[in-house]
Amino acid sequence: MSAQPIGILELAIAALLLLLNAALSIAFNLGLEKKLAIAAVRMLAQLALAGLVLSFVLRQSSIPLTILVVLVMGAVAAYELMSRPAHRPEGWWAVGLGGGTLLLIGLLATLFTVGGIIRPAPWYDARYLLPILGMELGNVLTAMSLTFDALTTAAFRERRSIEARLAEGGTRFEALESVLTDALRSGTMPILNTMAVAGVVSLPGMMTGQILAGADPLQAAKYQMLILLVLAGASTLGVLAAGLGGVLLMTDPRHRLRLDRLVGSEGR
Amino acid sequence: MLKVDHLRVGALSPVSFALASGQCLAVTGASGSGKTRLLRALADLDPAEGTVMLEGAERGEMTGPEWRRLVRYVSAEPGWWAPTPRPHFPPDIEAVTPIVEALGLSRETLDRPVAELSTGERSRLGLIRAICGKPKVLLIDEPLAGLDREAVARVEALIGAELDLGRIVVLVSHQATALLRRARAELHIEAGTFRLTQLARPPASPQISWSENGTGLAGRGPR
Repeated sequence: MSAQPIGILELAIAALLLLLNAALSIAFNLGLEKKLAIAAVRMLAQLALAGLVLSFVLRQSSIPLTILVVLVMGAVAAYELMSRPAHRPEGWWAVGLGGGTLLLIGLLATLFTVGGIIRPAPWYDARYLLPILGMELGNVLTAMSLTFDALTTAAFRERRSIEARLAEGGTRFEALESVLTDALRSGTMPILNTMAVAGVVSLPGMMTGQILAGADPLQAAKYQMLILLVLAGASTLGVLAAGLGGVLLMTDPRHRLRLDRLVGSEGR
Repeated sequence: MLKVDHLRVGALSPVSFALASGQCLAVTGASGSGKTRLLRALADLDPAEGTVMLEGAERGEMTGPEWRRLVRYVSAEPGWWAPTPRPHFPPDIEAVTPIVEALGLSRETLDRPVAELSTGERSRLGLIRAICGKPKVLLIDEPLAGLDREAVARVEALIGAELDLGRIVVLVSHQATALLRRARAELHIEAGTFRLTQLARPPASPQISWSENGTGLAGRGPR
């Protein structure tokens, strides 16, 4: 058994609701129609491309091709990571460090899940590797950028009290303690929420997909548990890396606050 | 003794001076001339090239926090991380209260929300916080701004008492009248350069020495 096939006609019908919104937006001059149209068309193009690329890669089942797709996914995730926060570290080395950490955590979690737990044959089967890597990267990306954004925004806002702590002889971790604690909480919030409502309020996307594809709901639930456990571990690892790395980036070994090392901000 | 040798603060010309125990240096200059930057550089809160030594020890020999406990920067607008002033003070509040009252503040001030205190109250409490840490050097930024005449006299008396205890004070102020009389030298910043002038002093007292090339020594007799 598998899901009902979907064609152009079905997609067009699905878009009707969105078209209705666009008409309302034009009628009441809300200015939403352009943004909605661009986002929808972009989403269609991205997913169509992803579907084409994935079916090609899965048919080929070649290791170099899989590695290439992994690298492209990692590069896009690294770019997104660095383009989102309001305050960014200056220079390519920092982008590389942040993106590299993201890719490392995503790859480790994926290899751990696919190679260590699910163990398909062959273990590098792209059908398991790529979707799981995508989920890991997406979640770790959100966790890391939320943490880093919360950390730097709070450091700028609390600059005076941080410097007061430093001036009285506090170390950088003492001075940034409350800011770091808040940032770690912000970063872990999405995955904590996801776990809290999983199966009660929302059925996670992967479980829904497997059930639609005809899998046994209990089997789908077990897969979802496995994925959520690893996602929670990987996200938290990303939160810690972004938080501790962010503190080291915003300070120097003499325990000075160095917000001048961040760009795209109010500056000193 | 605090010895500063060719300290480069931002784009300002390098500055050298030496201050012995109990001496006060007044830093003057227009707004934005670099007075606060000089104090922050002395406290190692901002990176700056040059040598700064305290009692023969170069600051690079100790960690940043160790140095800043000895050379304490007192901001004109001190920062607070707790809602009320009390958690910012040492737990031995019996030692703190007399100083609080000596500055004309009631002891209840310690438990009022920081946000409700006036600028003058906050800056006085910031000064007391610094003094409680018993640093060797106090770098005080505009301690008298927003104070009435009586409070000015009290703050000046407190800083004077710290000098009597042998602390070194570097003071930025537009209005420190009585304190300026105690200052042995004035460091004026203008157009990115420092000009150090000896002020009138009792004839036999040691003077602050300085030189453009940094060969000056503190503690020699009057010229």
